[in-house]
Amino acid sequence: MSSGGQQEGSDVLDSQDRVRFEQLVLPHLDAAFNLARWLLRGRADAEDVAQDAMLRAFRFFRGFHGGDARAWVLQIVRNTCYTWLEKNRPLELATEFDEELYPQPGATPETLAIAGDNRDRLTRALEDLPPRFREILVLRELEGCSYKEIAAVTSVPIGTVMSTLARARQRLQRALTQADPLKNQEAKREL
Amino acid sequence: MSCDLTQSVLHGYMDGELDAARAADFERHLVSCSECVAALEAHETLRSSLQRVGLYERAPLALRQRVRSELHAPADLPIPVANAARPSSWRWLAIAAAFLFAAFLGWKLIPGLRGESAEAAYASAIVDAHLRSLQPGHLEDVISTDQHTVKPWFDGKLDFAPPVQDFASEGFPLQGGRLDVVHGRTVAVLVYARRKHLINVFVWPTTEPAASAQSGSQLGYHWVDWRKGGMEMCAVSDVNPTDLDALRQLLAN
Repeated sequence: MSSGGQQEGSDVLDSQDRVRFEQLVLPHLDAAFNLARWLLRGRADAEDVAQDAMLRAFRFFRGFHGGDARAWVLQIVRNTCYTWLEKNRPLELATEFDEELYPQPGATPETLAIAGDNRDRLTRALEDLPPRFREILVLRELEGCSYKEIAAVTSVPIGTVMSTLARARQRLQRALTQADPLKNQEAKREL
Repeated sequence: MSCDLTQSVLHGYMDGELDAARAADFERHLVSCSECVAALEAHETLRSSLQRVGLYERAPLALRQRVRSELHAPADLPIPVANAARPSSWRWLAIAAAFLFAAFLGWKLIPGLRGESAEAAYASAIVDAHLRSLQPGHLEDVISTDQHTVKPWFDGKLDFAPPVQDFASEGFPLQGGRLDVVHGRTVAVLVYARRKHLINVFVWPTTEPAASAQSGSQLGYHWVDWRKGGMEMCAVSDVNPTDLDALRQLLAN
């Protein structure tokens, strides 16, 4: 799925479209905001971008031919976020596939449970992940999306959803069990 | 890490995305692979942390209102999408825009033109009250999941006794209650949760006869209204209409 039939659409949207939009798409405003908040790592930017995305979704509403409205609107939100990031924080996107897949020694459920109970620490660990990992965790664990929905939102095959999710979980675990961020960087340098 | 499955199938398994045969295969594998067992436990611990500490952030009310007013802005009613490059369509669009704008004004300013005006005004008042309640600190005056705390709280504050019941075991835990004003009348409000969503149930006495449920939606919120036993109740939320109706049935019985 490319950027979601956004090029189609007919001449004008009428008030009937608006009612349909309010019924089908607007209930997903929380989902839209939550995804934008995590992709942009801030509430203020997320408000602006989520608003922009919702209005864009309304403009492209004729291109929505039924089906999963949440996945459809989240796809638009995600695209809007990435466009915004490219323009405003290009460096964040540049580093995203700088990943190493090394075993995680000593990540016992106990240490994880302790680290995971700290909201601030969990927030920081999630925000420190590259956007592609962050978004997949947000979609799966916070939004409860199925692999099929995630595949639609992020425009990748379902098999890739599973492997990306595996890597994302691994990375988050590692970030949480490496207590000290400085140590974290040293470890990276060594690898 | 030596087991390949830790990096792949394990995740499909914990997300419930494997078909029955593959899930059974993986369960057999778990019996002999301590690495996968440990990884599964670690990932599940992390997942429950992510969900428990409340990282989900709901849209602020201000955003909701801005989106809503943009959608309703008359200038946005006719939105040219694809044909902006064709000059001849502009003229047609301008005429259409003027016509729609006039129609919109008429619809806005002359309620009589709208057959459902009373109902629409009522729905607006209820949805507005629901939105107001989502502002920080506005949701509950008495916060309790215990119906025996919430019910007495209303005593002396109202000239009627709203029925207060917890439906936690049916998936609608009571969150608390508050007073609100709808159409100039003081009403009781019971707050229920449904997964991540909140449901406001407005309750006030009525002299009108019992009536079966009426429902509708506005701005993406659904409402259902009914009268029974001298009380009128209206539940409003962004949950889906089926869930809302399930709560109505619980309350109406």
